[in-house]
Amino acid sequence: MGAQLRVYKRRIRSVTATKKITKAMEMIAAARIVKAQRAVAASTPYADELTRAVSAVATGSGHKHPLTTEADNPVRAAILLVTSDRGLAGGYSSNAIKAAERLTERLSSEGKEVVLYIVGRKGVAYYNFRGRDIAESWTGFTDSPTYADAKRVADPLIESVIADTAEGGVDELHIVFTEFVSMMTQTPVDRRMLPLSLDEVETEESGKLRPLYEFEPSPEGVLDALLPRYVESRIYNALLQAAASEHAARRRAMKSATDNAEELIKSLSRLANAARQADITQEISEIVGGASALADATAGSD
Amino acid sequence: MAELHVELVAADRKVWSGEATIVVARTASGDIGIMPGHSPLLSVLESDPVTIRTTDGGTVVAAVHGGFISFSDNKLSILAEIAELADEIDVERAERAFERAKSEADAVAEKRAAIRLRAATGTY
Repeated sequence: MGAQLRVYKRRIRSVTATKKITKAMEMIAAARIVKAQRAVAASTPYADELTRAVSAVATGSGHKHPLTTEADNPVRAAILLVTSDRGLAGGYSSNAIKAAERLTERLSSEGKEVVLYIVGRKGVAYYNFRGRDIAESWTGFTDSPTYADAKRVADPLIESVIADTAEGGVDELHIVFTEFVSMMTQTPVDRRMLPLSLDEVETEESGKLRPLYEFEPSPEGVLDALLPRYVESRIYNALLQAAASEHAARRRAMKSATDNAEELIKSLSRLANAARQADITQEISEIVGGASALADATAGSD
Repeated sequence: MAELHVELVAADRKVWSGEATIVVARTASGDIGIMPGHSPLLSVLESDPVTIRTTDGGTVVAAVHGGFISFSDNKLSILAEIAELADEIDVERAERAFERAKSEADAVAEKRAAIRLRAATGTY
Protein backbone atom coordinates (compact mmCIF):
# COMPACT_ATOMS: atom_id res chain seq x y z
CA MET A 1 0.00 0.00 0.00
CA GLY A 2 1.24 3.47 -0.87
CA ALA A 3 2.37 5.79 1.91
CA GLN A 4 -0.20 8.42 0.90
CA LEU A 5 -3.05 5.95 1.07
CA ARG A 6 -2.01 4.79 4.53
CA VAL A 7 -2.07 8.36 5.86
CA TYR A 8 -5.60 8.93 4.51
CA LYS A 9 -6.85 5.64 5.98
CA ARG A 10 -5.49 6.60 9.38
CA ARG A 11 -7.17 10.00 9.34
CA ILE A 12 -10.50 8.47 8.31
CA ARG A 13 -10.29 6.08 11.26
CA SER A 14 -9.63 8.87 13.75
CA VAL A 15 -12.40 11.11 12.40
CA THR A 16 -14.84 8.18 12.53
CA ALA A 17 -14.03 7.67 16.21
CA THR A 18 -14.60 11.37 16.92
CA LYS A 19 -17.89 11.24 15.06
CA LYS A 20 -19.11 8.38 17.23
CA ILE A 21 -18.38 10.42 20.36
CA THR A 22 -20.07 13.61 19.14
CA LYS A 23 -23.07 11.60 17.96
CA ALA A 24 -23.43 10.01 21.40
CA MET A 25 -23.16 13.42 23.10
CA GLU A 26 -25.77 14.81 20.72
CA MET A 27 -28.21 12.08 21.64
CA ILE A 28 -27.57 12.43 25.38
CA ALA A 29 -28.16 16.18 25.17
CA ALA A 30 -31.35 15.66 23.15
CA ALA A 31 -32.71 13.32 25.82
CA ARG A 32 -31.84 15.81 28.56
CA ILE A 33 -33.55 18.76 26.87
CA VAL A 34 -36.88 16.98 27.18
CA LYS A 35 -36.25 16.32 30.86
CA ALA A 36 -35.17 19.91 31.47
CA GLN A 37 -38.21 21.26 29.64
CA ARG A 38 -40.44 19.09 31.79
CA ALA A 39 -38.77 20.52 34.90
CA VAL A 40 -39.46 24.07 33.67
CA ALA A 41 -43.11 23.18 33.07
CA ALA A 42 -43.41 21.52 36.49
CA SER A 43 -42.14 24.62 38.28
CA THR A 44 -44.60 26.94 36.52
CA PRO A 45 -47.68 26.40 38.74
CA TYR A 46 -45.70 27.42 41.84
CA ALA A 47 -44.23 30.47 40.13
CA ASP A 48 -47.66 31.55 38.84
CA GLU A 49 -49.38 31.19 42.19
CA LEU A 50 -46.54 33.02 43.89
CA THR A 51 -46.67 35.88 41.40
CA ARG A 52 -50.40 36.21 41.99
CA ALA A 53 -49.89 36.26 45.75
CA VAL A 54 -47.08 38.84 45.58
CA SER A 55 -49.13 41.17 43.41
CA ALA A 56 -52.09 40.75 45.77
CA VAL A 57 -50.07 41.77 48.85
CA ALA A 58 -48.02 44.46 47.20
CA THR A 59 -51.01 46.25 45.73
CA GLY A 60 -53.39 45.47 48.59
CA SER A 61 -51.26 46.67 51.46
CA GLY A 62 -49.43 49.77 50.26
CA HIS A 63 -46.61 48.69 52.50
CA LYS A 64 -43.02 49.58 51.59
CA HIS A 65 -40.49 46.80 51.70
CA PRO A 66 -36.73 47.03 51.00
CA LEU A 67 -37.20 44.51 48.21
CA THR A 68 -39.77 46.59 46.39
CA THR A 69 -38.58 50.12 47.02
CA GLU A 70 -36.32 51.81 44.52
CA ALA A 71 -33.34 53.53 46.11
CA ASP A 72 -33.20 57.27 45.34
CA ASN A 73 -29.55 57.04 44.54
CA PRO A 74 -28.51 53.51 43.61
CA VAL A 75 -24.74 53.09 44.01
CA ARG A 76 -24.28 49.34 43.85
CA ALA A 77 -25.85 46.65 41.66
CA ALA A 78 -25.46 42.89 41.81
CA ILE A 79 -25.45 40.73 38.70
CA LEU A 80 -26.17 37.03 38.90
CA LEU A 81 -24.71 35.36 35.81
CA VAL A 82 -25.78 31.84 34.89
CA THR A 83 -23.29 29.87 32.76
CA SER A 84 -22.55 26.17 32.34
CA ASP A 85 -20.16 23.86 34.18
CA ARG A 86 -19.03 22.03 31.07
CA GLY A 87 -17.92 23.17 27.65
CA LEU A 88 -18.70 21.66 24.24
CA ALA A 89 -21.92 23.65 24.04
CA GLY A 90 -21.01 26.04 21.25
CA GLY A 91 -21.36 29.68 22.20
CA TYR A 92 -23.66 29.02 25.14
CA SER A 93 -21.48 30.26 28.00
CA SER A 94 -19.65 32.94 26.07
CA ASN A 95 -22.92 34.45 24.85
CA ALA A 96 -24.21 34.65 28.41
CA ILE A 97 -20.90 36.19 29.55
CA LYS A 98 -21.08 38.73 26.72
CA ALA A 99 -24.58 39.73 27.80
CA ALA A 100 -23.32 40.15 31.37
CA GLU A 101 -20.41 42.29 30.15
CA ARG A 102 -22.80 44.54 28.22
CA LEU A 103 -24.99 44.91 31.32
CA THR A 104 -21.93 45.63 33.47
CA GLU A 105 -20.91 48.37 31.09
CA ARG A 106 -24.38 49.90 31.08
CA LEU A 107 -24.63 49.86 34.88
CA SER A 108 -21.13 51.30 35.28
CA SER A 109 -21.96 54.11 32.88
CA GLU A 110 -24.96 54.89 35.12
CA GLY A 111 -22.49 55.26 37.97
CA LYS A 112 -23.25 52.03 39.77
CA GLU A 113 -20.65 49.73 41.18
CA VAL A 114 -21.16 46.19 39.91
CA VAL A 115 -20.90 43.14 42.16
CA LEU A 116 -20.72 39.78 40.40
CA TYR A 117 -22.31 36.51 41.47
CA ILE A 118 -21.68 33.58 39.16
CA VAL A 119 -23.22 30.17 38.61
CA GLY A 120 -21.23 27.66 36.54
CA ARG A 121 -17.56 26.80 36.17
CA LYS A 122 -17.20 28.47 32.75
CA GLY A 123 -18.17 31.89 34.02
CA VAL A 124 -15.94 31.53 37.08
CA ALA A 125 -12.99 30.56 34.87
CA TYR A 126 -13.59 33.55 32.58
CA TYR A 127 -13.54 36.10 35.40
CA ASN A 128 -10.74 34.44 37.35
CA PHE A 129 -8.53 34.38 34.25
CA ARG A 130 -9.03 38.12 33.85
CA GLY A 131 -8.40 38.70 37.53
CA ARG A 132 -11.82 40.25 38.13
CA ASP A 133 -13.48 40.01 41.51
CA ILE A 134 -16.35 37.60 42.04
CA ALA A 135 -18.46 38.12 45.15
CA GLU A 136 -19.63 34.53 45.27
CA SER A 137 -19.88 31.57 42.91
CA TRP A 138 -21.67 28.23 42.78
CA THR A 139 -20.77 25.26 40.60
CA GLY A 140 -21.76 21.66 40.11
CA PHE A 141 -25.50 21.77 39.42
CA THR A 142 -26.03 23.57 36.11
CA ASP A 143 -27.05 20.30 34.40
CA SER A 144 -30.09 19.71 36.56
CA PRO A 145 -30.62 22.37 39.24
CA THR A 146 -32.89 21.62 42.18
CA TYR A 147 -34.90 24.04 44.29
CA ALA A 148 -32.36 23.63 47.09
CA ASP A 149 -29.66 24.88 44.70
CA ALA A 150 -31.76 27.92 43.83
CA LYS A 151 -32.25 28.57 47.54
CA ARG A 152 -28.51 28.39 48.13
CA VAL A 153 -27.94 30.95 45.39
CA ALA A 154 -30.77 33.20 46.49
CA ASP A 155 -29.94 33.43 50.20
CA PRO A 156 -26.77 35.59 50.03
CA LEU A 157 -28.33 37.69 47.26
CA ILE A 158 -31.41 38.52 49.30
CA GLU A 159 -29.23 39.21 52.31
CA SER A 160 -27.11 41.71 50.41
CA VAL A 161 -30.19 43.45 49.01
CA ILE A 162 -31.70 43.83 52.47
CA ALA A 163 -28.38 45.05 53.94
CA ASP A 164 -27.71 48.78 54.11
CA THR A 165 -25.86 50.26 51.16
CA ALA A 166 -23.31 51.78 53.48
CA GLU A 167 -22.49 48.33 54.85
CA GLY A 168 -21.84 46.79 51.45
CA GLY A 169 -25.44 46.01 50.53
CA VAL A 170 -26.64 46.31 46.95
CA ASP A 171 -29.52 48.42 45.64
CA GLU A 172 -30.37 46.40 42.57
CA LEU A 173 -30.28 42.79 41.56
CA HIS A 174 -30.03 41.75 37.93
CA ILE A 175 -29.97 38.25 36.56
CA VAL A 176 -28.37 37.21 33.26
CA PHE A 177 -29.34 33.79 31.93
CA THR A 178 -30.11 32.08 28.65
CA GLU A 179 -33.80 31.97 27.95
CA PHE A 180 -35.13 28.81 26.37
CA VAL A 181 -37.29 30.07 23.50
CA SER A 182 -37.46 26.88 21.48
CA MET A 183 -35.36 23.85 20.54
CA MET A 184 -33.54 25.99 17.98
CA THR A 185 -33.47 29.39 19.69
CA GLN A 186 -31.99 30.30 23.05
CA THR A 187 -31.28 33.93 23.79
CA PRO A 188 -29.21 35.36 26.63
CA VAL A 189 -31.34 37.90 28.49
CA ASP A 190 -30.82 40.26 31.41
CA ARG A 191 -33.66 40.96 33.80
CA ARG A 192 -33.88 43.26 36.76
CA MET A 193 -35.21 41.14 39.56
CA LEU A 194 -35.05 43.60 42.44
CA PRO A 195 -36.33 46.08 43.34
CA LEU A 196 -39.47 44.44 42.11
CA SER A 197 -41.32 46.53 39.58
CA LEU A 198 -44.96 45.95 40.33
CA ASP A 199 -46.19 46.86 36.85
CA GLU A 200 -44.52 43.74 35.61
CA VAL A 201 -46.31 41.62 38.15
CA GLU A 202 -49.62 43.36 37.68
CA THR A 203 -49.98 43.15 33.91
CA GLU A 204 -50.87 39.49 34.18
CA GLU A 205 -54.03 40.22 36.06
CA SER A 206 -55.08 43.57 34.74
CA GLY A 207 -58.72 44.22 34.12
CA LYS A 208 -59.89 41.97 36.91
CA LEU A 209 -61.20 43.21 40.21
CA ARG A 210 -58.83 42.15 42.94
CA PRO A 211 -60.31 40.50 46.02
CA LEU A 212 -59.78 42.23 49.35
CA TYR A 213 -57.50 39.88 51.17
CA GLU A 214 -57.20 39.36 54.87
CA PHE A 215 -53.55 39.01 55.72
CA GLU A 216 -52.25 36.83 58.48
CA PRO A 217 -50.31 37.63 60.61
CA SER A 218 -50.12 41.08 58.91
CA PRO A 219 -49.54 42.46 55.40
CA GLU A 220 -45.94 43.24 56.40
CA GLY A 221 -45.39 39.78 57.80
CA VAL A 222 -46.79 38.10 54.71
CA LEU A 223 -44.73 40.30 52.39
CA ASP A 224 -41.59 39.66 54.42
CA ALA A 225 -42.07 35.93 54.02
CA LEU A 226 -43.36 36.05 50.46
CA LEU A 227 -40.73 38.16 48.71
CA PRO A 228 -37.70 35.94 49.42
CA ARG A 229 -39.74 32.95 48.18
CA TYR A 230 -40.59 34.95 45.06
CA VAL A 231 -36.93 35.72 44.38
CA GLU A 232 -36.00 32.08 44.97
CA SER A 233 -38.64 30.89 42.58
CA ARG A 234 -37.49 33.38 39.92
CA ILE A 235 -33.90 32.21 40.31
CA TYR A 236 -35.05 28.59 40.21
CA ASN A 237 -36.92 29.25 37.00
CA ALA A 238 -33.87 30.99 35.49
CA LEU A 239 -31.61 28.08 36.45
CA LEU A 240 -34.02 25.56 34.91
CA GLN A 241 -34.34 27.54 31.69
CA ALA A 242 -30.57 27.93 31.53
CA ALA A 243 -30.16 24.17 31.96
CA ALA A 244 -32.59 23.48 29.13
CA SER A 245 -30.78 26.04 26.96
CA GLU A 246 -27.42 24.50 27.79
CA HIS A 247 -28.57 21.07 26.66
CA ALA A 248 -30.11 22.52 23.51
CA ALA A 249 -26.93 24.44 22.71
CA ARG A 250 -24.84 21.33 23.32
CA ARG A 251 -27.08 19.25 21.10
CA ARG A 252 -26.77 21.77 18.28
CA ALA A 253 -23.00 22.06 18.67
CA MET A 254 -22.59 18.30 18.69
CA LYS A 255 -24.90 17.91 15.71
CA SER A 256 -22.81 20.26 13.62
CA ALA A 257 -19.64 18.52 14.83
CA THR A 258 -21.10 15.19 13.68
CA ASP A 259 -22.11 16.70 10.34
CA ASN A 260 -18.64 18.15 9.85
CA ALA A 261 -17.03 14.81 10.69
CA GLU A 262 -19.24 13.13 8.10
CA GLU A 263 -18.26 15.72 5.51
CA LEU A 264 -14.59 15.24 6.37
CA ILE A 265 -14.83 11.47 6.10
CA LYS A 266 -16.47 11.82 2.68
CA SER A 267 -13.76 14.06 1.26
CA LEU A 268 -10.99 11.98 2.85
CA SER A 269 -12.32 8.78 1.30
CA ARG A 270 -12.43 10.53 -2.12
CA LEU A 271 -8.76 11.46 -1.64
CA ALA A 272 -7.93 7.94 -0.46
CA ASN A 273 -9.65 6.46 -3.55
CA ALA A 274 -7.73 8.79 -5.83
CA ALA A 275 -4.48 7.84 -4.09
CA ARG A 276 -5.29 4.13 -4.53
CA GLN A 277 -6.09 4.63 -8.22
CA ALA A 278 -2.85 6.54 -8.69
CA ASP A 279 -0.95 3.66 -7.04
CA ILE A 280 -2.61 1.08 -9.32
CA THR A 281 -2.05 3.17 -12.46
CA GLN A 282 1.57 3.59 -11.58
CA GLU A 283 1.98 -0.14 -10.94
CA ILE A 284 0.39 -0.99 -14.30
CA SER A 285 2.51 1.46 -16.20
CA GLU A 286 5.59 0.11 -14.43
CA ILE A 287 4.69 -3.46 -15.43
CA VAL A 288 3.87 -2.47 -18.99
CA GLY A 289 7.04 -0.42 -19.21
CA GLY A 290 9.08 -3.28 -17.78
CA ALA A 291 7.55 -5.83 -20.14
CA SER A 292 8.11 -3.73 -23.25
CA ALA A 293 11.69 -3.01 -22.19
CA LEU A 294 12.21 -6.78 -21.75
CA ALA A 295 10.60 -7.43 -25.19
CA ASP A 296 12.86 -4.80 -26.82
CA ALA A 297 15.92 -6.36 -25.20
CA THR A 298 15.10 -9.90 -26.41
CA ALA A 299 14.28 -8.59 -29.90
CA GLY A 300 17.66 -6.79 -30.05
CA SER A 301 19.68 -9.87 -29.08
CA ASP A 302 18.36 -11.94 -31.98
CA MET B 1 -72.73 20.45 49.06
CA ALA B 2 -70.59 23.50 48.61
CA GLU B 3 -67.06 22.78 47.68
CA LEU B 4 -63.80 24.62 47.10
CA HIS B 5 -61.06 23.93 44.64
CA VAL B 6 -57.67 23.15 46.16
CA GLU B 7 -54.26 23.32 44.50
CA LEU B 8 -51.35 22.02 46.53
CA VAL B 9 -48.21 23.17 44.75
CA ALA B 10 -44.57 22.55 45.63
CA ALA B 11 -41.68 24.50 44.13
CA ASP B 12 -40.87 21.84 41.59
CA ARG B 13 -44.22 20.14 40.93
CA LYS B 14 -47.96 20.18 41.44
CA VAL B 15 -48.59 17.81 44.34
CA TRP B 16 -52.35 17.54 44.49
CA SER B 17 -55.41 19.28 43.15
CA GLY B 18 -59.09 18.60 43.51
CA GLU B 19 -62.33 19.56 45.23
CA ALA B 20 -62.63 19.70 48.99
CA THR B 21 -65.15 20.58 51.69
CA ILE B 22 -62.71 21.85 54.31
CA VAL B 23 -58.98 22.42 54.58
CA VAL B 24 -57.23 22.66 57.94
CA ALA B 25 -53.78 24.20 58.14
CA ARG B 26 -51.59 25.80 60.75
CA THR B 27 -50.81 29.45 60.12
CA ALA B 28 -48.46 31.71 62.01
CA SER B 29 -51.27 32.69 64.36
CA GLY B 30 -52.85 29.30 64.89
CA ASP B 31 -54.85 26.56 63.19
CA ILE B 32 -57.26 27.71 60.55
CA GLY B 33 -60.07 25.82 58.89
CA ILE B 34 -61.20 27.03 55.49
CA MET B 35 -64.58 26.11 54.12
CA PRO B 36 -66.25 27.16 50.88
CA GLY B 37 -67.14 30.85 50.85
CA HIS B 38 -64.40 31.94 53.25
CA SER B 39 -63.34 35.55 52.85
CA PRO B 40 -60.20 36.10 50.75
CA LEU B 41 -57.16 35.23 52.81
CA LEU B 42 -53.42 35.25 52.40
CA SER B 43 -51.41 33.77 55.18
CA VAL B 44 -48.02 32.37 56.09
CA LEU B 45 -48.08 28.67 56.96
CA GLU B 46 -46.10 27.03 59.70
CA SER B 47 -44.24 23.89 58.67
CA ASP B 48 -46.86 21.36 59.62
CA PRO B 49 -49.22 18.78 58.15
CA VAL B 50 -52.16 20.17 56.17
CA THR B 51 -55.40 18.21 56.17
CA ILE B 52 -57.77 18.32 53.21
CA ARG B 53 -61.20 16.68 53.38
CA THR B 54 -62.24 15.86 49.86
CA THR B 55 -65.82 15.96 48.59
CA ASP B 56 -65.99 12.18 48.28
CA GLY B 57 -65.36 11.79 52.00
CA GLY B 58 -61.66 11.01 51.81
CA THR B 59 -58.87 12.75 53.65
CA VAL B 60 -55.62 13.94 52.13
CA VAL B 61 -52.79 14.77 54.50
CA ALA B 62 -49.62 16.47 53.29
CA ALA B 63 -46.45 17.56 55.05
CA VAL B 64 -45.77 21.16 54.09
CA HIS B 65 -42.51 22.97 54.73
CA GLY B 66 -42.21 26.74 54.41
CA GLY B 67 -45.39 27.74 52.67
CA PHE B 68 -48.36 30.02 52.12
CA ILE B 69 -52.03 29.65 51.80
CA SER B 70 -54.11 31.92 49.63
CA PHE B 71 -57.86 31.80 49.19
CA SER B 72 -60.07 33.77 46.84
CA ASP B 73 -63.06 33.03 44.57
CA ASN B 74 -63.51 29.65 46.22
CA LYS B 75 -60.05 28.68 45.05
CA LEU B 76 -57.46 27.71 47.61
CA SER B 77 -53.78 27.55 46.76
CA ILE B 78 -51.29 26.02 49.13
CA LEU B 79 -47.76 26.93 48.11
CA ALA B 80 -44.77 25.27 49.69
CA GLU B 81 -41.09 24.88 49.08
CA ILE B 82 -41.46 21.21 49.86
CA ALA B 83 -44.77 19.38 50.04
CA GLU B 84 -45.29 15.65 50.34
CA LEU B 85 -48.48 13.65 50.51
CA ALA B 86 -48.71 11.29 53.46
CA ASP B 87 -48.83 8.28 51.10
CA GLU B 88 -45.57 9.33 49.51
CA ILE B 89 -43.66 9.52 52.75
CA ASP B 90 -41.42 6.60 53.55
CA VAL B 91 -42.10 6.18 57.28
CA GLU B 92 -39.01 4.09 57.98
CA ARG B 93 -36.77 6.56 56.24
CA ALA B 94 -38.37 9.48 58.06
CA GLU B 95 -37.92 7.64 61.36
CA ARG B 96 -34.25 7.06 60.62
CA ALA B 97 -33.85 10.73 59.68
CA PHE B 98 -35.62 11.70 62.90
CA GLU B 99 -33.30 9.58 65.06
CA ARG B 100 -30.23 10.80 63.23
CA ALA B 101 -31.25 14.43 63.55
CA LYS B 102 -31.93 13.87 67.24
CA SER B 103 -28.51 12.36 67.88
CA GLU B 104 -26.81 15.10 65.92
CA ALA B 105 -28.87 17.76 67.68
CA ASP B 106 -29.90 19.22 64.31
CA ALA B 107 -33.07 21.02 65.32
CA VAL B 108 -34.14 21.95 61.77
CA ALA B 109 -33.75 18.43 60.40
CA GLU B 110 -35.46 16.99 63.48
CA LYS B 111 -38.45 19.24 63.01
CA ARG B 112 -38.65 18.40 59.33
CA ALA B 113 -38.58 14.67 60.02
CA ALA B 114 -41.14 15.05 62.83
CA ILE B 115 -43.59 16.83 60.51
CA ARG B 116 -43.17 14.08 57.94
CA LEU B 117 -43.88 11.44 60.56
CA ARG B 118 -46.86 13.34 61.90
CA ALA B 119 -48.32 13.61 58.43
CA ALA B 120 -47.71 9.95 57.64
CA THR B 121 -48.69 8.29 60.91
CA GLY B 122 -50.66 10.88 62.84
CA THR B 123 -48.39 10.66 65.90
CA TYR B 124 -45.18 12.42 67.07
